[in-house]
Amino acid sequence: MAIMNIDNNNTNHHNINNNNTNKTHILEVKDVSKIYGSLHALSDVNLTVEEGRWLSIMGPSGSGKTTLMNIIGCMDTPTCGSVHLDGQDITRLSLSELTKIRRDKIGLIFQQFHLVPYLTALENVMVAQYYHSMVDEKEALQALDRVGLAARAKHLPRQLSGGEQQRVCIARALINYPKLILADEPTGNLDEANEEMIMKLLHQLHEEGSTIIVVTHSPEVSQHAQTTVVLEYGKVARVVNNHID
Amino acid sequence: MFRRMILSVLVRQKKKLFLIAFTVALGVSLATAMLNVMFDVGDKVNQELKAYGANLNIVPRAAAVVNEMYELDNGDKQQAMQFIPEDELVKIKMIFWAYNIVDFAPYLTVHTMVNDKPVTMMGTWFNKHLNIPTGDKVDTGMLAMKSWWTIDGEKMTDDNLQGAMVGETLAKQMNLKIGDSLVVAVPQTHEKMTLTVHNIFHSGGSEDGQLFVSLPVAQKLADKPGLVERVEVSALTTPENALARKAAQDPTSLSRAEWDRWYCTAYISSIAYQLEEVMPDVRVKAIMQVAESEGSILQKTQLLMLLLTILSLVCAALAISNLVTANVIERSTEIGLLKALGATNSEVALLVLTEILIVAFIGGIAGYFLGLGFAQIIGHTVFGSFVEPKMIIIPLVIIMVFLITLLGSLPALRMMMFLRPTAVLHGR
Repeated sequence: MAIMNIDNNNTNHHNINNNNTNKTHILEVKDVSKIYGSLHALSDVNLTVEEGRWLSIMGPSGSGKTTLMNIIGCMDTPTCGSVHLDGQDITRLSLSELTKIRRDKIGLIFQQFHLVPYLTALENVMVAQYYHSMVDEKEALQALDRVGLAARAKHLPRQLSGGEQQRVCIARALINYPKLILADEPTGNLDEANEEMIMKLLHQLHEEGSTIIVVTHSPEVSQHAQTTVVLEYGKVARVVNNHID
Repeated sequence: MFRRMILSVLVRQKKKLFLIAFTVALGVSLATAMLNVMFDVGDKVNQELKAYGANLNIVPRAAAVVNEMYELDNGDKQQAMQFIPEDELVKIKMIFWAYNIVDFAPYLTVHTMVNDKPVTMMGTWFNKHLNIPTGDKVDTGMLAMKSWWTIDGEKMTDDNLQGAMVGETLAKQMNLKIGDSLVVAVPQTHEKMTLTVHNIFHSGGSEDGQLFVSLPVAQKLADKPGLVERVEVSALTTPENALARKAAQDPTSLSRAEWDRWYCTAYISSIAYQLEEVMPDVRVKAIMQVAESEGSILQKTQLLMLLLTILSLVCAALAISNLVTANVIERSTEIGLLKALGATNSEVALLVLTEILIVAFIGGIAGYFLGLGFAQIIGHTVFGSFVEPKMIIIPLVIIMVFLITLLGSLPALRMMMFLRPTAVLHGR
């Protein structure tokens, strides 16, 4: 069962984990702030996520969801505070070091799918392999098979529906066995049937032990997660345990 | 995978890349045309400038040096040293720069009396056919060298031993017309001969008061068999530079490397030096006014072509820069995605640059052949002749394509370096 810890000096420190304390922390966010000029996109955010958890981050526009996702996803650095991913301090790493961490440890799923338009579904999955380590066409095909798209491996993104494109995106995200799957509004551009299919896939990944963080504004999507962190004005407003453990 | 990505973008995005290839083709075609014309313009302009006449004058060494310094008596031996044996002249076409010798003509002056009036007679080759010991055959003579003369009557030939070309002024003075006869006497040798006016010519110079006959006629009248007094040579030359000027003053002052470079370049001084090498008893004087004018015109023409080439390349680089930047902006999401997936800046730059370079080289190949066509159009329009494609242009074109594409892509590459995945991927 997930619990929320608030520390003694009343800053928001949220420990999102099971009762089983043997599990390691995949993510530790400590006192993280991100300031753009006079705008505080994030203020003193604290968050700890155990390996194998499914967490959703919710909040209205401008609440800091994307900023937090960028920092967790090694695409941005905090102004102050520290972030540890899989035991490694990523707070002050250079862009190239962050790129390496992102390549090795994170699988990204985007709202707008973002497939390379001139590559086939199979090649889009292989691109992630190429920048990670070695290209293995057979394994890429298996990843597509896993999301039910083996038959459409040779299709270009424009020949695929939105749901199919998102499934290619998921296959690409999981091809390198990432420590953390980071999904930004994964069903934001999909109809209900496709949304259901994508959530089913995420459930499968979670059951297989993947750690998943989903950024969403949708309560329906959020309720699939074990824990929902609600951001408001750049701060963690509350943490909701969805009792899915 | 890299090859697969490159092939995919080339095949599936060809319409977008076509404009880059087209721009490169246009730039390269202009540069190729200009460079081909520039490399060929030397010969072309030189050929045109040959209308100004000879640029080298060969005189006997004794006449040039001794006789100029001292007033020696004209003893037989001394006299022989003041002339050049006619059979030596074939050596002019046997030097290293033989093919740069366009024409040459010997002259022998005879002081004659016509109707009791002194008249200068010149014996020369009009259009002499020569068999060179190297196996080459050459037709050379005064008519080709004095192309600006206007000549009435049929062309004079070297085997016409009774005919004479009479200058316009002399013809007027003596009231001579084509077909008239005139008796020529040489007081020194007491020789006399009746000649027929074959041509009346207008040269615009002192030759208008002279009489031109075939060389054997002059030799007979002057009693100088097998001898000539001087030779005018028209040679295609490279414009003089500091090295050539230094060599002209004293070839022995050159270092070995300088000497090799000078000797193997068609400077007027090196051609003169080589002529003196094969004909030790002569002195070869450069007619510097002609040589320098030719060099100056040639240099200016080549500079103009070079500036046009550079201008066309700069224009192409600017156009490529705009196109590649537009291409990168259009593909910013894709580039951001690749970075998000773990591609480093150098990997993305390599991918995009390889694509652009391949497209540029395809455009470059098309541009090269288009440029050869443009060069022919320029050659036929301006010079009325074929512009020979130069092999040296091919590596130059390859370097040009590489450089203009690289330079043109720099702003786009810089933009790509600073592109953050977060800025393009969230769609907000």
